[in-house]
Amino acid sequence: MFEVPEDRKYLESHEYATTGGDTATIGITDFAQDELGDVVFVELPGEGEELTKGEEFGVVESIKAVSDLYAPVSGTVVAVNEDLFDAPELVNEDPYGDGWMLEVEVADEGAFDELLSAEEYRDQTE
Amino acid sequence: MDFDQARYARDDRYEPLLSEKNAAREEIDDSPLPDELTRDAVELPGLSEPELARHYTRLSQMNWSVESGPYPLGSCTMKYNPSFTEDVAADPNAAIHPDRSPRTSQGTLELLYELQDYLARIGGMDAVTLQPPAGAAGEFTGILVAKAYHESNGDDRSEVVIPASAHGTNFASAAMAGYDVVELPSGDDGRVDMEALDAALSEDTAALMLTNPNTVGLFERDIVEIAEMVHDVGGLLYYDGANLNALLGRGRPGDMGFDIMHYNVHKTFATPHGGGGPGAGPVGVVSELEPFLPNPRVREKGGNYRLEDAEDSIGKVHGYTGNWFVLVKAYAYIARLGDAGLSDASAKAVLNANYLAEQLDYEVPYEPFHHEFAATAGDRDAADVAKRMLDYGVHPPTTKWPEFVPEAMLTEPTEIENRDSLDDLAHAFNAAMADSDEELENAPSRTTARRIDQVGAARDPQLSWQALDDE
Repeated sequence: MFEVPEDRKYLESHEYATTGGDTATIGITDFAQDELGDVVFVELPGEGEELTKGEEFGVVESIKAVSDLYAPVSGTVVAVNEDLFDAPELVNEDPYGDGWMLEVEVADEGAFDELLSAEEYRDQTE
Repeated sequence: MDFDQARYARDDRYEPLLSEKNAAREEIDDSPLPDELTRDAVELPGLSEPELARHYTRLSQMNWSVESGPYPLGSCTMKYNPSFTEDVAADPNAAIHPDRSPRTSQGTLELLYELQDYLARIGGMDAVTLQPPAGAAGEFTGILVAKAYHESNGDDRSEVVIPASAHGTNFASAAMAGYDVVELPSGDDGRVDMEALDAALSEDTAALMLTNPNTVGLFERDIVEIAEMVHDVGGLLYYDGANLNALLGRGRPGDMGFDIMHYNVHKTFATPHGGGGPGAGPVGVVSELEPFLPNPRVREKGGNYRLEDAEDSIGKVHGYTGNWFVLVKAYAYIARLGDAGLSDASAKAVLNANYLAEQLDYEVPYEPFHHEFAATAGDRDAADVAKRMLDYGVHPPTTKWPEFVPEAMLTEPTEIENRDSLDDLAHAFNAAMADSDEELENAPSRTTARRIDQVGAARDPQLSWQALDDE
Protein backbone atom coordinates (compact mmCIF):
# COMPACT_ATOMS: atom_id res chain seq x y z
CA MET A 1 0.00 0.00 0.00
CA PHE A 2 1.49 3.34 -1.04
CA GLU A 3 1.20 6.56 0.87
CA VAL A 4 -1.12 9.15 -0.76
CA PRO A 5 -1.43 12.25 1.50
CA GLU A 6 -4.73 14.17 1.50
CA ASP A 7 -3.14 17.64 1.50
CA ARG A 8 -2.23 17.58 -2.19
CA LYS A 9 -3.55 16.79 -5.65
CA TYR A 10 -2.17 14.48 -8.32
CA LEU A 11 -1.54 14.02 -12.02
CA GLU A 12 -2.14 10.67 -13.70
CA SER A 13 1.56 10.69 -14.56
CA HIS A 14 2.34 10.52 -10.80
CA GLU A 15 3.36 14.09 -9.92
CA TYR A 16 1.80 15.85 -6.94
CA ALA A 17 1.20 19.51 -6.01
CA THR A 18 0.36 20.64 -2.48
CA THR A 19 -2.82 22.70 -2.10
CA GLY A 20 -3.95 25.40 0.30
CA GLY A 21 -1.28 28.09 -0.15
CA ASP A 22 -0.10 30.75 -2.61
CA THR A 23 2.66 28.40 -3.58
CA ALA A 24 2.52 24.69 -4.37
CA THR A 25 5.23 22.16 -3.67
CA ILE A 26 5.78 19.72 -6.55
CA GLY A 27 7.30 16.26 -6.54
CA ILE A 28 6.59 12.65 -7.50
CA THR A 29 4.49 10.18 -5.53
CA ASP A 30 5.47 7.25 -3.33
CA PHE A 31 4.05 4.92 -6.02
CA ALA A 32 6.19 6.61 -8.69
CA GLN A 33 9.44 6.36 -6.74
CA ASP A 34 8.75 2.68 -6.05
CA GLU A 35 8.07 1.97 -9.73
CA LEU A 36 11.21 3.82 -10.80
CA GLY A 37 13.51 2.10 -8.33
CA ASP A 38 16.72 3.74 -7.16
CA VAL A 39 16.75 7.32 -8.43
CA VAL A 40 20.23 8.36 -9.57
CA PHE A 41 19.71 11.76 -11.19
CA VAL A 42 17.18 14.58 -11.18
CA GLU A 43 17.15 17.49 -13.65
CA LEU A 44 15.04 20.51 -12.66
CA PRO A 45 14.43 24.02 -14.03
CA GLY A 46 15.94 27.08 -12.28
CA GLU A 47 14.24 29.70 -10.13
CA GLY A 48 12.14 32.17 -12.11
CA GLU A 49 11.33 29.73 -14.90
CA GLU A 50 7.71 29.22 -15.92
CA LEU A 51 5.91 25.88 -15.75
CA THR A 52 2.96 25.07 -17.99
CA LYS A 53 0.43 22.61 -16.67
CA GLY A 54 0.75 19.22 -18.35
CA GLU A 55 4.07 20.01 -20.03
CA GLU A 56 7.50 18.60 -19.26
CA PHE A 57 9.53 20.47 -16.66
CA GLY A 58 12.35 18.08 -15.88
CA VAL A 59 13.72 14.57 -15.92
CA VAL A 60 14.11 11.86 -13.30
CA GLU A 61 16.53 9.01 -13.99
CA SER A 62 16.67 5.71 -12.14
CA ILE A 63 18.74 2.61 -12.82
CA LYS A 64 15.70 1.26 -14.69
CA ALA A 65 14.47 4.19 -16.76
CA VAL A 66 14.64 7.85 -17.67
CA SER A 67 11.26 9.59 -17.27
CA ASP A 68 9.98 13.07 -18.06
CA LEU A 69 8.37 15.06 -15.27
CA TYR A 70 5.07 16.83 -16.04
CA ALA A 71 3.89 20.00 -14.34
CA PRO A 72 0.68 19.50 -12.32
CA VAL A 73 0.08 23.27 -12.26
CA SER A 74 1.17 26.34 -14.21
CA GLY A 75 3.28 28.92 -12.39
CA THR A 76 6.67 30.45 -11.63
CA VAL A 77 9.40 28.47 -9.89
CA VAL A 78 10.31 30.22 -6.60
CA ALA A 79 12.47 27.48 -5.03
CA VAL A 80 14.35 24.41 -6.24
CA ASN A 81 15.39 21.51 -4.01
CA GLU A 82 19.09 21.60 -4.77
CA ASP A 83 19.75 18.81 -2.25
CA LEU A 84 18.50 16.38 -4.91
CA PHE A 85 21.48 17.12 -7.14
CA ASP A 86 23.85 15.60 -4.59
CA ALA A 87 21.40 13.20 -2.95
CA PRO A 88 18.83 11.97 -5.51
CA GLU A 89 18.03 9.10 -3.12
CA LEU A 90 15.90 11.58 -1.13
CA VAL A 91 13.22 11.08 -3.80
CA ASN A 92 13.07 7.40 -2.81
CA GLU A 93 13.41 7.90 0.93
CA ASP A 94 10.94 10.73 1.45
CA PRO A 95 9.05 11.66 -1.74
CA TYR A 96 6.53 13.92 0.02
CA GLY A 97 9.05 15.53 2.41
CA ASP A 98 12.79 15.99 1.83
CA GLY A 99 12.41 14.58 -1.69
CA TRP A 100 10.29 17.53 -2.91
CA MET A 101 11.41 19.06 -6.23
CA LEU A 102 10.03 22.56 -6.82
CA GLU A 103 8.06 25.26 -5.10
CA VAL A 104 5.88 27.13 -7.56
CA GLU A 105 3.87 30.34 -7.32
CA VAL A 106 0.58 29.13 -8.74
CA ALA A 107 -0.59 31.21 -11.70
CA ASP A 108 -4.25 30.28 -11.58
CA GLU A 109 -6.08 29.24 -8.41
CA GLY A 110 -8.58 27.17 -10.38
CA ALA A 111 -5.74 25.11 -11.81
CA PHE A 112 -6.06 22.52 -9.06
CA ASP A 113 -9.61 21.65 -10.09
CA GLU A 114 -8.68 19.31 -12.91
CA LEU A 115 -6.17 17.35 -10.83
CA LEU A 116 -6.95 14.02 -9.18
CA SER A 117 -7.88 13.96 -5.49
CA ALA A 118 -5.96 11.65 -3.15
CA GLU A 119 -8.81 9.16 -3.38
CA GLU A 120 -8.97 9.25 -7.19
CA TYR A 121 -5.20 8.85 -7.46
CA ARG A 122 -5.27 5.95 -5.00
CA ASP A 123 -7.90 4.24 -7.18
CA GLN A 124 -5.72 4.72 -10.24
CA THR A 125 -2.70 3.04 -8.68
CA GLU A 126 -4.58 0.05 -7.30
CA MET B 1 27.76 -27.56 -18.22
CA ASP B 2 29.99 -26.31 -15.43
CA PHE B 3 31.39 -22.81 -15.65
CA ASP B 4 33.97 -20.69 -13.88
CA GLN B 5 35.39 -17.64 -15.57
CA ALA B 6 39.10 -16.90 -15.44
CA ARG B 7 40.14 -14.39 -12.78
CA TYR B 8 43.66 -13.03 -12.58
CA ALA B 9 44.13 -10.96 -9.45
CA ARG B 10 46.96 -10.09 -7.10
CA ASP B 11 45.95 -8.68 -3.70
CA ASP B 12 42.41 -8.70 -5.09
CA ARG B 13 43.36 -6.30 -7.89
CA TYR B 14 42.78 -7.51 -11.40
CA GLU B 15 45.42 -7.82 -14.06
CA PRO B 16 47.22 -4.48 -13.97
CA LEU B 17 47.24 -2.09 -16.90
CA LEU B 18 50.19 -2.36 -19.25
CA SER B 19 51.44 0.99 -18.04
CA GLU B 20 51.53 -0.32 -14.47
CA LYS B 21 53.69 -3.34 -15.32
CA ASN B 22 57.45 -3.10 -14.81
CA ALA B 23 57.36 0.63 -15.41
CA ALA B 24 60.81 1.94 -16.16
CA ARG B 25 61.79 5.58 -16.24
CA GLU B 26 63.13 6.75 -19.56
CA GLU B 27 64.89 10.07 -20.01
CA ILE B 28 63.81 12.11 -23.00
CA ASP B 29 66.23 14.10 -25.10
CA ASP B 30 65.64 17.78 -25.70
CA SER B 31 62.43 18.51 -27.51
CA PRO B 32 61.77 21.34 -29.95
CA LEU B 33 58.40 21.91 -28.24
CA PRO B 34 57.89 24.68 -25.64
CA ASP B 35 58.98 23.73 -22.10
CA GLU B 36 55.46 23.78 -20.65
CA LEU B 37 54.42 21.05 -23.10
CA THR B 38 57.30 18.64 -22.44
CA ARG B 39 58.53 16.32 -19.70
CA ASP B 40 62.06 15.25 -18.82
CA ALA B 41 61.14 11.59 -18.56
CA VAL B 42 58.24 9.16 -19.05
CA GLU B 43 57.49 5.87 -17.36
CA LEU B 44 57.06 3.11 -19.92
CA PRO B 45 56.45 -0.59 -19.29
CA GLY B 46 59.52 -2.73 -19.92
CA LEU B 47 57.99 -6.01 -21.01
CA SER B 48 59.09 -9.14 -22.81
CA GLU B 49 56.95 -10.51 -25.62
CA PRO B 50 55.52 -13.42 -23.55
CA GLU B 51 54.52 -10.98 -20.78
CA LEU B 52 52.71 -8.88 -23.38
CA ALA B 53 51.01 -11.92 -24.94
CA ARG B 54 49.88 -13.17 -21.53
CA HIS B 55 48.52 -9.77 -20.60
CA TYR B 56 46.18 -9.64 -23.59
CA THR B 57 45.24 -13.31 -23.33
CA ARG B 58 44.29 -12.83 -19.68
CA LEU B 59 42.19 -9.79 -20.49
CA SER B 60 40.37 -11.75 -23.20
CA GLN B 61 39.74 -14.64 -20.80
CA MET B 62 38.22 -12.28 -18.23
CA ASN B 63 35.90 -10.92 -20.89
CA TRP B 64 32.84 -12.44 -22.55
CA SER B 65 32.20 -12.46 -26.27
CA VAL B 66 30.27 -14.34 -28.90
CA GLU B 67 33.45 -16.40 -29.32
CA SER B 68 33.10 -17.56 -25.67
CA GLY B 69 29.53 -18.80 -25.92
CA PRO B 70 25.90 -17.91 -26.65
CA TYR B 71 25.10 -14.19 -26.58
CA PRO B 72 21.31 -13.96 -27.09
CA LEU B 73 20.77 -10.21 -26.62
CA GLY B 74 17.35 -9.60 -28.13
CA SER B 75 17.15 -6.74 -30.68
CA CYS B 76 20.97 -6.50 -30.76
CA THR B 77 21.60 -9.61 -32.93
CA MET B 78 25.00 -10.60 -31.58
CA LYS B 79 26.25 -12.73 -34.46
CA TYR B 80 29.59 -14.40 -34.89
CA ASN B 81 31.59 -12.63 -37.58
CA PRO B 82 33.17 -15.25 -39.84
CA SER B 83 36.89 -14.63 -40.09
CA PHE B 84 37.02 -14.95 -43.89
CA THR B 85 35.40 -11.50 -44.07
CA GLU B 86 38.32 -10.12 -42.04
CA ASP B 87 40.77 -11.82 -44.41
CA VAL B 88 39.11 -10.15 -47.39
CA ALA B 89 39.21 -6.73 -45.74
CA ALA B 90 42.87 -7.27 -44.75
CA ASP B 91 43.94 -8.06 -48.32
CA PRO B 92 46.50 -5.41 -49.33
CA ASN B 93 44.54 -4.89 -52.55
CA ALA B 94 41.61 -3.65 -50.44
CA ALA B 95 43.69 -0.81 -49.00
CA ILE B 96 42.70 1.85 -51.52
CA HIS B 97 42.96 5.54 -50.70
CA PRO B 98 39.52 7.09 -51.16
CA ASP B 99 41.01 10.02 -53.09
CA ARG B 100 42.28 7.74 -55.85
CA SER B 101 40.70 8.70 -59.14
CA PRO B 102 37.80 6.54 -60.33
CA ARG B 103 39.87 5.67 -63.40
CA THR B 104 42.44 3.87 -61.22
CA SER B 105 40.02 2.38 -58.69
CA GLN B 106 37.49 0.65 -60.93
CA GLY B 107 37.58 -2.55 -58.85
CA THR B 108 36.67 -0.68 -55.66
CA LEU B 109 33.81 1.11 -57.34
CA GLU B 110 32.59 -2.10 -58.96
CA LEU B 111 32.40 -3.78 -55.56
CA LEU B 112 30.47 -0.84 -54.11
CA TYR B 113 28.15 -0.79 -57.12
CA GLU B 114 27.45 -4.50 -56.78
CA LEU B 115 26.81 -4.13 -53.06
CA GLN B 116 24.30 -1.35 -53.81
CA ASP B 117 22.66 -3.74 -56.24
CA TYR B 118 22.67 -6.72 -53.82
CA LEU B 119 21.12 -4.63 -51.06
CA ALA B 120 18.49 -3.17 -53.40
CA ARG B 121 17.48 -6.66 -54.51
CA ILE B 122 17.45 -8.02 -50.95
CA GLY B 123 15.23 -5.17 -49.72
CA GLY B 124 13.07 -4.72 -52.81
CA MET B 125 14.31 -1.13 -53.19
CA ASP B 126 15.17 0.78 -56.38
CA ALA B 127 18.31 2.62 -55.25
CA VAL B 128 20.78 2.38 -52.37
CA THR B 129 23.38 4.63 -50.75
CA LEU B 130 26.23 3.03 -48.79
CA GLN B 131 27.37 6.26 -47.16
CA PRO B 132 25.74 6.34 -43.67
CA PRO B 133 28.26 5.08 -41.09
CA ALA B 134 25.85 3.23 -38.74
CA GLY B 135 22.25 2.02 -38.44
CA ALA B 136 21.11 5.12 -36.56
CA ALA B 137 22.90 7.32 -39.11
CA GLY B 138 20.97 5.40 -41.77
CA GLU B 139 17.69 6.23 -40.03
CA PHE B 140 18.63 9.89 -39.84
CA THR B 141 19.63 9.87 -43.52
CA GLY B 142 16.37 8.15 -44.48
CA ILE B 143 14.28 10.71 -42.63
CA LEU B 144 16.26 13.57 -44.22
CA VAL B 145 15.50 12.03 -47.61
CA ALA B 146 11.80 11.89 -46.71
CA LYS B 147 11.93 15.52 -45.63
CA ALA B 148 13.66 16.58 -48.87
CA TYR B 149 11.02 14.69 -50.89
CA HIS B 150 8.11 16.41 -49.12
CA GLU B 151 9.79 19.82 -49.43
CA SER B 152 10.38 19.30 -53.15
CA ASN B 153 6.60 18.81 -53.47
CA GLY B 154 6.02 22.05 -51.56
CA ASP B 155 4.53 19.89 -48.84
CA ASP B 156 5.10 21.12 -45.28
CA ARG B 157 4.72 18.19 -42.87
CA SER B 158 5.67 18.23 -39.20
CA GLU B 159 5.16 14.76 -37.70
CA VAL B 160 6.72 11.30 -37.72
CA VAL B 161 4.65 8.45 -36.26
CA ILE B 162 6.55 5.74 -34.32
CA PRO B 163 5.24 2.75 -32.32
CA ALA B 164 6.04 2.91 -28.59
CA SER B 165 7.89 -0.42 -28.88
CA ALA B 166 10.34 0.92 -31.50
CA HIS B 167 14.07 1.23 -30.95
CA GLY B 168 15.00 4.47 -29.18
CA THR B 169 17.04 5.58 -32.17
CA ASN B 170 13.82 6.01 -34.24
CA PHE B 171 12.57 8.75 -31.92
CA ALA B 172 15.98 10.40 -31.87
CA SER B 173 16.39 10.28 -35.67
CA ALA B 174 12.98 11.88 -36.28
CA ALA B 175 13.61 14.57 -33.65
CA MET B 176 17.11 15.29 -35.02
CA ALA B 177 15.55 15.85 -38.45
CA GLY B 178 13.25 18.46 -36.89
CA TYR B 179 10.03 16.44 -36.67
CA ASP B 180 7.56 16.14 -33.81
CA VAL B 181 7.23 12.51 -32.76
CA VAL B 182 3.75 10.97 -32.43
CA GLU B 183 4.00 7.83 -30.31
CA LEU B 184 1.73 4.93 -31.22
CA PRO B 185 0.65 2.58 -28.39
CA SER B 186 0.97 -1.18 -28.99
CA GLY B 187 -2.24 -3.12 -29.58
CA ASP B 188 -3.28 -5.95 -27.23
CA ASP B 189 -1.72 -8.48 -29.60
CA GLY B 190 1.66 -6.68 -29.52
CA ARG B 191 1.27 -5.33 -33.06
CA VAL B 192 0.31 -1.92 -34.45
CA ASP B 193 -3.11 -0.89 -33.15
CA MET B 194 -4.96 -0.05 -36.39
CA GLU B 195 -7.45 2.30 -34.73
CA ALA B 196 -4.66 4.18 -32.98
CA LEU B 197 -2.77 4.36 -36.29
CA ASP B 198 -5.82 5.77 -38.06
CA ALA B 199 -6.13 8.44 -35.35
CA ALA B 200 -2.42 9.30 -35.49
CA LEU B 201 -2.16 9.73 -39.28
CA SER B 202 -2.96 13.08 -40.84
CA GLU B 203 -1.90 15.61 -43.49
CA ASP B 204 0.96 16.43 -41.09
CA THR B 205 2.38 12.90 -41.22
CA ALA B 206 5.75 12.88 -42.98
CA ALA B 207 6.44 9.21 -42.29
CA LEU B 208 5.61 6.14 -40.22
CA MET B 209 8.71 4.30 -38.97
CA LEU B 210 8.18 0.58 -38.49
CA THR B 211 10.26 -2.48 -37.64
CA ASN B 212 9.01 -5.73 -39.13
CA PRO B 213 9.06 -8.26 -37.53
CA ASN B 214 8.69 -5.93 -34.57
CA THR B 215 10.55 -5.75 -31.28
CA VAL B 216 8.92 -8.87 -29.81
CA GLY B 217 9.45 -10.80 -33.05
CA LEU B 218 5.87 -10.49 -34.34
CA PHE B 219 5.23 -9.98 -38.04
CA GLU B 220 3.04 -6.93 -38.68
CA ARG B 221 0.48 -8.92 -40.66
CA ASP B 222 -1.56 -5.81 -41.51
CA ILE B 223 1.44 -4.29 -43.27
CA VAL B 224 -0.25 -3.93 -46.68
CA GLU B 225 -3.19 -2.09 -45.13
CA ILE B 226 -0.82 -0.01 -42.99
CA ALA B 227 1.09 1.01 -46.14
CA GLU B 228 -2.15 2.04 -47.85
CA MET B 229 -3.23 4.13 -44.87
CA VAL B 230 0.12 5.94 -44.71
CA HIS B 231 0.20 6.55 -48.46
CA ASP B 232 -3.43 7.74 -48.46
CA VAL B 233 -2.48 10.70 -46.24
CA GLY B 234 0.59 11.39 -48.40
CA GLY B 235 3.10 10.02 -45.91
CA LEU B 236 6.06 7.71 -46.49
CA LEU B 237 6.63 4.30 -44.90
CA TYR B 238 10.05 3.76 -43.33
CA TYR B 239 11.48 0.30 -42.62
CA ASP B 240 13.91 -0.10 -39.72
CA GLY B 241 16.15 -2.95 -40.87
CA ALA B 242 17.05 -4.10 -37.36
CA ASN B 243 15.14 -7.37 -37.78
CA LEU B 244 15.73 -8.04 -41.45
CA ASN B 245 17.62 -11.24 -40.55
CA ALA B 246 14.19 -12.81 -39.88
CA LEU B 247 13.05 -12.20 -43.47
CA LEU B 248 16.19 -12.58 -45.59
CA GLY B 249 15.34 -14.26 -48.86
CA ARG B 250 11.68 -14.67 -47.84
CA GLY B 251 10.10 -11.24 -47.70
CA ARG B 252 11.14 -7.82 -48.97
CA PRO B 253 10.21 -4.49 -47.37
CA GLY B 254 9.74 -3.00 -50.86
CA ASP B 255 7.09 -5.62 -51.67
CA MET B 256 5.26 -4.76 -48.43
CA GLY B 257 4.90 -1.12 -49.45
CA PHE B 258 7.88 0.44 -47.66
CA ASP B 259 9.43 3.48 -49.37
CA ILE B 260 12.67 3.86 -47.40
CA MET B 261 14.74 1.41 -45.36
CA HIS B 262 18.09 1.11 -43.68
CA TYR B 263 20.19 -2.03 -43.44
CA ASN B 264 22.02 -2.89 -40.23
CA VAL B 265 24.89 -4.72 -41.91
CA HIS B 266 26.22 -5.86 -38.50
CA LYS B 267 22.93 -7.58 -37.65
CA THR B 268 21.96 -8.89 -41.05
CA PHE B 269 25.30 -9.55 -42.72
CA ALA B 270 27.72 -10.26 -39.83
CA THR B 271 30.02 -7.27 -39.85
CA PRO B 272 31.47 -6.20 -36.47
CA HIS B 273 29.18 -4.32 -34.10
CA GLY B 274 30.37 -0.75 -33.94
CA GLY B 275 30.35 0.24 -30.29
CA GLY B 276 31.33 3.69 -31.49
CA GLY B 277 33.76 2.32 -34.03
CA PRO B 278 33.26 2.28 -37.79
CA GLY B 279 30.00 0.74 -38.95
CA ALA B 280 27.71 0.98 -41.95
CA GLY B 281 23.99 1.68 -42.30
CA PRO B 282 23.15 1.73 -46.01
CA VAL B 283 19.78 3.20 -47.01
CA GLY B 284 17.50 1.99 -49.78
CA VAL B 285 14.64 3.95 -51.36
CA VAL B 286 11.99 3.62 -54.06
CA SER B 287 12.67 5.38 -57.36
CA GLU B 288 10.68 8.55 -56.46
CA LEU B 289 13.15 9.24 -53.64
CA GLU B 290 16.37 8.37 -55.47
CA PRO B 291 17.24 11.99 -56.46
CA PHE B 292 17.55 12.92 -52.78
CA LEU B 293 20.07 10.26 -51.68
CA PRO B 294 23.44 11.48 -50.33
CA ASN B 295 26.26 12.46 -52.71
CA PRO B 296 28.24 10.85 -54.23
CA ARG B 297 26.74 7.59 -55.47
CA VAL B 298 28.44 4.93 -57.55
CA ARG B 299 26.94 4.63 -61.02
CA GLU B 300 27.78 2.47 -63.98
CA LYS B 301 27.73 3.23 -67.71
CA GLY B 302 29.02 0.94 -70.42
CA GLY B 303 31.09 -1.11 -67.97
CA ASN B 304 32.69 2.00 -66.44
CA TYR B 305 32.10 2.89 -62.81
CA ARG B 306 32.08 6.49 -61.60
CA LEU B 307 31.04 8.70 -58.72
CA GLU B 308 28.08 10.97 -59.42
CA ASP B 309 26.52 13.87 -57.56
CA ALA B 310 22.81 14.59 -57.88
CA GLU B 311 21.47 18.15 -57.79
CA ASP B 312 18.58 17.46 -55.40
CA SER B 313 20.67 15.35 -53.00
CA ILE B 314 20.52 16.01 -49.25
CA GLY B 315 24.33 16.28 -49.50
CA LYS B 316 26.91 14.29 -47.59
CA VAL B 317 26.23 12.39 -44.37
CA HIS B 318 29.74 10.91 -44.14
CA GLY B 319 33.07 11.07 -45.97
CA TYR B 320 33.48 9.54 -49.41
CA THR B 321 31.27 6.49 -50.07
CA GLY B 322 31.04 5.31 -46.45
CA ASN B 323 33.14 2.97 -44.32
CA TRP B 324 34.77 0.91 -47.03
CA PHE B 325 36.29 -1.83 -44.88
CA VAL B 326 32.93 -2.57 -43.25
CA LEU B 327 31.20 -2.58 -46.63
CA VAL B 328 33.79 -5.03 -48.00
CA LYS B 329 32.92 -7.45 -45.18
CA ALA B 330 29.19 -7.15 -45.85
CA TYR B 331 29.84 -7.75 -49.55
CA ALA B 332 32.00 -10.80 -48.80
CA TYR B 333 29.34 -12.27 -46.51
CA ILE B 334 26.53 -11.82 -49.05
CA ALA B 335 28.64 -13.17 -51.92
CA ARG B 336 29.76 -16.21 -49.92
CA LEU B 337 26.25 -17.13 -48.72
CA GLY B 338 24.43 -16.41 -51.96
CA ASP B 339 20.64 -16.59 -52.34
CA ALA B 340 20.34 -20.05 -50.80
CA GLY B 341 22.64 -19.21 -47.87
CA LEU B 342 20.81 -16.00 -47.00
CA SER B 343 17.44 -17.79 -47.05
CA ASP B 344 18.94 -20.51 -44.90
CA ALA B 345 20.18 -17.92 -42.38
CA SER B 346 16.68 -16.49 -41.85
CA ALA B 347 15.18 -19.98 -41.57
CA LYS B 348 17.69 -20.92 -38.87
CA ALA B 349 17.27 -17.61 -37.01
CA VAL B 350 13.52 -18.25 -36.74
CA LEU B 351 13.86 -21.98 -36.04
CA ASN B 352 16.45 -21.39 -33.28
CA ALA B 353 14.29 -18.82 -31.49
CA ASN B 354 11.26 -21.11 -31.62
CA TYR B 355 13.22 -24.20 -30.53
CA LEU B 356 14.75 -22.33 -27.59
CA ALA B 357 11.43 -20.86 -26.42
CA GLU B 358 9.92 -24.34 -26.49
CA GLN B 359 12.56 -25.54 -23.97
CA LEU B 360 11.95 -22.74 -21.47
CA ASP B 361 9.93 -22.79 -18.24
CA TYR B 362 8.89 -19.20 -18.97
CA GLU B 363 5.75 -17.63 -20.30
CA VAL B 364 6.12 -15.97 -23.72
CA PRO B 365 3.10 -13.65 -23.94
CA TYR B 366 3.33 -12.66 -27.62
CA GLU B 367 3.23 -15.27 -30.39
CA PRO B 368 3.84 -16.41 -33.08
CA PHE B 369 7.27 -14.82 -33.03
CA HIS B 370 10.04 -15.06 -35.60
CA HIS B 371 13.77 -14.58 -34.85
CA GLU B 372 13.36 -13.30 -31.26
CA PHE B 373 10.86 -13.52 -28.42
CA ALA B 374 10.07 -11.70 -25.19
CA ALA B 375 9.81 -14.17 -22.31
CA THR B 376 8.70 -12.82 -18.93
CA ALA B 377 10.40 -13.54 -15.61
CA GLY B 378 6.95 -13.23 -13.99
CA ASP B 379 7.18 -12.27 -10.31
CA ARG B 380 10.98 -12.36 -10.31
CA ASP B 381 13.34 -9.54 -11.20
CA ALA B 382 14.48 -10.05 -14.81
CA ALA B 383 17.83 -8.36 -14.09
CA ASP B 384 18.55 -10.73 -11.18
CA VAL B 385 17.64 -13.79 -13.26
CA ALA B 386 19.92 -12.47 -16.02
CA LYS B 387 22.84 -12.01 -13.63
CA ARG B 388 22.34 -15.55 -12.36
CA MET B 389 22.41 -16.87 -15.95
CA LEU B 390 26.00 -15.62 -16.18
CA ASP B 391 26.91 -18.25 -13.57
CA TYR B 392 25.78 -20.97 -15.98
CA GLY B 393 28.25 -19.92 -18.67
CA VAL B 394 26.05 -18.01 -21.11
CA HIS B 395 25.36 -14.36 -21.75
CA PRO B 396 21.81 -13.44 -20.67
CA PRO B 397 19.19 -11.85 -22.93
CA THR B 398 18.19 -8.18 -23.02
CA THR B 399 16.18 -7.42 -19.88
CA LYS B 400 13.25 -5.15 -18.96
CA TRP B 401 12.64 -4.08 -22.54
CA PRO B 402 10.27 -3.61 -24.28
CA GLU B 403 8.44 -2.08 -21.35
CA PHE B 404 4.98 -3.43 -22.26
CA VAL B 405 6.19 -6.93 -21.40
CA PRO B 406 6.53 -7.19 -17.59
CA GLU B 407 10.05 -8.23 -16.46
CA ALA B 408 10.90 -8.86 -20.11
CA MET B 409 13.74 -11.12 -21.20
CA LEU B 410 14.08 -10.33 -24.91
CA THR B 411 15.90 -13.28 -26.43
CA GLU B 412 17.51 -13.70 -29.85
CA PRO B 413 19.76 -16.74 -30.20
CA THR B 414 20.49 -15.93 -33.90
CA GLU B 415 21.12 -18.46 -36.62
CA ILE B 416 24.70 -19.21 -35.52
CA GLU B 417 23.85 -21.54 -32.59
CA ASN B 418 23.48 -25.30 -32.97
CA ARG B 419 21.18 -27.52 -30.95
CA ASP B 420 23.76 -28.23 -28.20
CA SER B 421 24.38 -24.58 -27.48
CA LEU B 422 20.63 -23.82 -27.58
CA ASP B 423 20.21 -26.58 -24.97
CA ASP B 424 22.97 -24.97 -22.86
CA LEU B 425 21.09 -21.68 -23.11
CA ALA B 426 17.79 -23.30 -22.13
CA HIS B 427 19.49 -24.95 -19.15
CA ALA B 428 20.85 -21.58 -17.99
CA PHE B 429 17.41 -19.95 -18.29
CA ASN B 430 15.64 -22.72 -16.40
CA ALA B 431 18.30 -23.32 -13.73
CA ALA B 432 18.47 -19.59 -12.92
CA MET B 433 14.68 -19.42 -12.61
CA ALA B 434 14.71 -22.42 -10.24
CA ASP B 435 17.36 -20.92 -7.95
CA SER B 436 16.56 -19.29 -4.61
CA ASP B 437 16.04 -15.55 -4.15
CA GLU B 438 19.30 -15.43 -2.22
CA GLU B 439 21.23 -17.03 -5.08
CA LEU B 440 19.72 -14.54 -7.50
CA GLU B 441 20.48 -11.53 -5.33
CA ASN B 442 24.13 -12.58 -4.93
CA ALA B 443 24.67 -13.48 -8.58
CA PRO B 444 26.91 -13.63 -10.45
CA SER B 445 29.34 -15.64 -8.34
CA ARG B 446 31.42 -17.48 -10.94
CA THR B 447 32.41 -14.61 -13.22
CA THR B 448 35.54 -12.48 -13.13
CA ALA B 449 33.60 -9.40 -12.05
CA ARG B 450 30.94 -10.17 -9.45
CA ARG B 451 27.86 -8.20 -8.40
CA ILE B 452 28.34 -4.61 -9.46
CA ASP B 453 26.93 -1.74 -7.42
CA GLN B 454 24.86 -0.18 -10.22
CA VAL B 455 23.22 2.41 -7.97
CA GLY B 456 26.53 3.50 -6.45
CA ALA B 457 28.14 3.69 -9.88
CA ALA B 458 25.32 5.92 -11.18
CA ARG B 459 24.98 8.16 -8.13
CA ASP B 460 28.65 8.59 -7.36
CA PRO B 461 30.68 7.82 -10.47
CA GLN B 462 34.46 7.92 -10.12
CA LEU B 463 35.96 7.91 -13.57
CA SER B 464 39.61 6.92 -13.70
CA TRP B 465 42.07 5.30 -16.04
CA GLN B 466 43.27 3.07 -13.23
CA ALA B 467 41.60 0.85 -10.64
CA LEU B 468 40.76 2.81 -7.49
CA ASP B 469 41.52 1.43 -4.05
CA ASP B 470 38.45 0.71 -1.95
CA GLU B 471 37.96 3.28 0.75
